[in-house]
Order: sequence, then structure tokens, then C-alpha cells
Amino acid sequence: MGTPGSPVPAVETAGQPARQQWSGQFGFIISAIGSAVGLGNIWRFPGVAYENGGGAFLIPYIIALLTAGIPILFLDYAIGHRFRGGAPLALRRIKRWLESLGWFQVMICFFIGIYYAVILAWAASFFVFSFTQKWGDDTASFFLFDYLHLPDAPAGYSLQFVPGVLIPLVLIWVATIAVLAFGVAKGVERANIVFMPLLVVAFLVLVVRAVTLPGATDGLNALFTPDFSKLGSADVWIAAYSQIFFSLSIAFGIMITYASYRRRKANQTAPGLVVAFANSSFEILAGIGVFSIVGFMAHQQGTTVDQLSGLKGVSLAFITFPKVVSEMPQSWLFGALFFASLLMAGFTSLISILQVIMAGFQDKFGFSVRRSAIWVGGVMGLVSTLLFATVQGLNVLDAMDKWINEIGIVSSAIIMSVAVIWVCRRGRELSFHLSSLSTFKVKNVWLFLAGVLSPTMLVYMLVQVVISLIKEPYGGMPQWFLLIDGWGSIVLSIVGALVLTKLAWRRDPDRFEAWPLFAPNGK
Amino acid sequence: MTDTAIVFMILAMVIIWGGLLASVAFLIRRPELKVWPEDAPPED
Repeated sequence: MGTPGSPVPAVETAGQPARQQWSGQFGFIISAIGSAVGLGNIWRFPGVAYENGGGAFLIPYIIALLTAGIPILFLDYAIGHRFRGGAPLALRRIKRWLESLGWFQVMICFFIGIYYAVILAWAASFFVFSFTQKWGDDTASFFLFDYLHLPDAPAGYSLQFVPGVLIPLVLIWVATIAVLAFGVAKGVERANIVFMPLLVVAFLVLVVRAVTLPGATDGLNALFTPDFSKLGSADVWIAAYSQIFFSLSIAFGIMITYASYRRRKANQTAPGLVVAFANSSFEILAGIGVFSIVGFMAHQQGTTVDQLSGLKGVSLAFITFPKVVSEMPQSWLFGALFFASLLMAGFTSLISILQVIMAGFQDKFGFSVRRSAIWVGGVMGLVSTLLFATVQGLNVLDAMDKWINEIGIVSSAIIMSVAVIWVCRRGRELSFHLSSLSTFKVKNVWLFLAGVLSPTMLVYMLVQVVISLIKEPYGGMPQWFLLIDGWGSIVLSIVGALVLTKLAWRRDPDRFEAWPLFAPNGK
Repeated sequence: MTDTAIVFMILAMVIIWGGLLASVAFLIRRPELKVWPEDAPPED
């Protein structure tokens, strides 16, 4: 791996302020891994793999990684690095009208950021609860009613705040703003250098203990025994592509923004392979740890893994896991390790999500790093508190997450791939950029995967999701609520993108030179 | 654990963790290009 160098001094050229930079290749890689490894690696992958064929799921999962995850990751890198900007600026430099797609990605990050922070607030609370097992015997009732104060009424909005959520949520926002205010090299990169090794160590300790628990092998049997009959189902392939896609932080501005902070002379694809495989490696580790614990739980209850529920998402982390922890020897330690892992994995992802928005405002409106951290973090913190620190926070989060992820991000990926490669015909230039600067060369096969196969799979996924959301109300929630919270967040993202595109640039964004020079009919 | 589950767990580790080790080894051997494109990059 490249030796970390010293930060490059800020030099203003041609009326443009110097772009912030990572301290070196290592700083970029660890920050990109920190962004990719998040809550989904720990609480989503194990359950998805188990539900979709166990060991056999590895086949579509690896195919999805190689044919969609890595190619779209490279597309993000190429756009951000060649066109030297956050999502709106970099995409505008490809074609003026693509700026609105960049702002759409910024809006997606806004919505993800406001609800992602509240999950970290829950994790912080549960980290503290671990020391006394405050959740008691009925963990579902504790989480939903004693902690979140979820009302008996149908999903809706409320201004009845929950102090137990409000206080950690405010602390999470203060910590996030503080890290971002130090900039890319001194803030984001240093936070990742501290938290990523801690996360790996904490999680390894947890996994080593988990695999030695009685019943752990039953859990691992459930996770890894292949059910090949499932491979014929389109749903399993969609699940694999979705998992790879959502877990790698691709197509909603993060990797474009992170790549734009690399020096002009920087290897692109080889670090990308490290990031992609590191992300999947953590998922496999999480699968082993989580299913060992699930097997232990089944053993303690005298049942089998297939009889258990709540093996994914919020219920795995905040209902199932506390229940298991209470039955483990040294329970406080393992509860604390698990929730600290969630907190660290989520925090490094949250700062990457906010960095996309900050970069958009710095590029377009000339905001300084500190000003953008305070304004972006402050406004998002306020909205996040108003929506999610209330008794209805869980319902608001659930619907918004579904629409923003499965419609917002997937649409953004399809439009980006089709617009950049097919409409603007910039695929060969980006392929040239990647190969000219990288030690791992990409050829026409990358163009095919990023421009044909990935968008085809994504269009299929999008159609399936839209049909299912129209057919029956998601999560049994009222239609009016889904219309406002789910579809409304998509409409707001589009409106926000159009409004932000219309505003004037502080500096001329088109005074820019792509490097290396591309001669379409040349070399 | 059953034999089949062990085989698939090892396969997952070899492919994914092996992929990580291989990509790290590749990057260590070739961290950057030895020869960059001839024209000098513009300053940022």
C-alpha cells in the first residue's frame, strides 16, 4: 500500500480554491472502507444471506460484487477523480444538465443522514444499557415502548419528544459536526484511522467469543448450508445485487466526493478492489459472529434457528441481540462490544454521508469547511431531532429508509450509468482515465458491466420494488403516511435538486481542465 | 457443523478474505504507476 504522505498545502489557482486532499493513499482507502462498512454489514447481510439460500447465496453475492458492485464503484471513482468535484460539480463538468443528478444524490444523503444519526443514538443508548442490562427479559417491549415510547396509534407524525433518544441524538450531531469541521485530512481521515481498527478489534473479540458459545455451530450450519433450489428464484438474485449495492456506498455521491479529494496522480482501481473486498470481508465476519450468537439463542431456548424471528435490521440489533446478551456469560462486555461496534461502523458512514452535502455547498456556494459543517450539520441535526426524536420516530424512519434506498439510490444509479455512458458517451473517456492512472487496468468489460449489465439489473430491481409498494401498503402503514413520508421524500429530493441547480455558482465551475488529456480517436 | 456447511464457510472465507489479501498484496507491489501520462497535470 502507498506510503501516507504529508498533506498537500492549499494553493489557490485560477481563482479556484485548492481542493482538500487525503494525506495519502492509505488515508483514502481507510476512509472509503469506513464509509462502506456500516450498519448494513452487521445487521443486514447475515439475515439476507440466511433467507436467500445460505451457502448458495454466496454464488449470486460474489457475482453481484464482481459484475455490479466493483464496476459502479469504479464509475464513481472515475467521475469524482477526473472531474474534481463533489457530485453536483463533477457531474456538471460532464454535462451541464447532469448537475441536477448530483444535487439529487446530495438530497438522498440529506435524508439518509437525518435517520442514520438516530440509529446511532439508539446504539449509544444501548451501549450504556449494556452495563446493567436495563432491557430486562422482554426486550421487544423495552425497545418499542419503554425506550422509544411508540404509541398504540397508527404511524404518523408527532411533536412529543422522547428525552432518552433526544439527548444521545444531539450528542451524535455535535460529534459529527466536530469531526467534519476539521476537514477531510484532519477530521474525516483521522476519525477513520481511530475508529476502523477499534471496530475490527472489538468485532473480532465478539466473533471469537461467539463461535465458542454452545449452539454456535447450529447457527453456522443454518447460515452456510446451501439451498441450491433458491438460486432459480429471481428474488434471491435481486437480494444479492441489493445487498452489494447498498452496502458499498455507491451511486449516491459518497465515492464521487471521496475520489475528488485524491491527488491527480493517484492509483484508482487497485485501491478500489481493496475497498470492495474489505467491505465484503467484514460482511462474512459479521455473518459468522451474528449467526453463532443466533445459534446460541436457539440452544438456550431449546429450539432451532428456523423457528426464531427478528434476525435482521432494527429488530436483530435492538430486540434479539439484547435478549441473547442477557443469557451470555460476561453479558455486559459483549453487549458493550456489539453496540460499540454498531456505533463506530455507523459513525464513519455518517460522516461520509454528510461530507457529500458539505462538498456540494463548498463547491457551489464557496462555503468554508467550518461554515459548511456547522450549517449542514446544524440544519440536519434540527430536522433529524424534530422527525426522529419523537414517539413516531421509528415509523418515520422505516418508511423513509425503504423509499430513499430502494427507489432513490437505485434510480440515481440507473440515471448516472445511462446518462454518463450512453447519453453523454463518456464511457470510453472514463475507462481511459481509470486505466491511464491505475495499476489494475480496466477494459471494455468494465464498460459493459457498468453500462449494460448493472443498469439492467437495477431497472429490474426498481420495477419489482415499485410494483410491490403499489400493490400493498408497506409495513401495514396508512397510505396517507406512506405518501408523505415515502413518496414525499423522493419528490422533495427531486424538487430540492432542481432548486439547488438553479442557484448561481460562486465561482465559474467550468474553468477546469480534465487530466490526463483524452483523444477519442488517439491512443 | 455439517461437512457441507464447513465447505461453504471455508469457500466464503477463501474467496472473499482471499480476495482482500490478494488485492492488498497487488496494491503493495504496485502502489502507483511508475510512468505517468506525459503531459503535466494542471494544479488543483
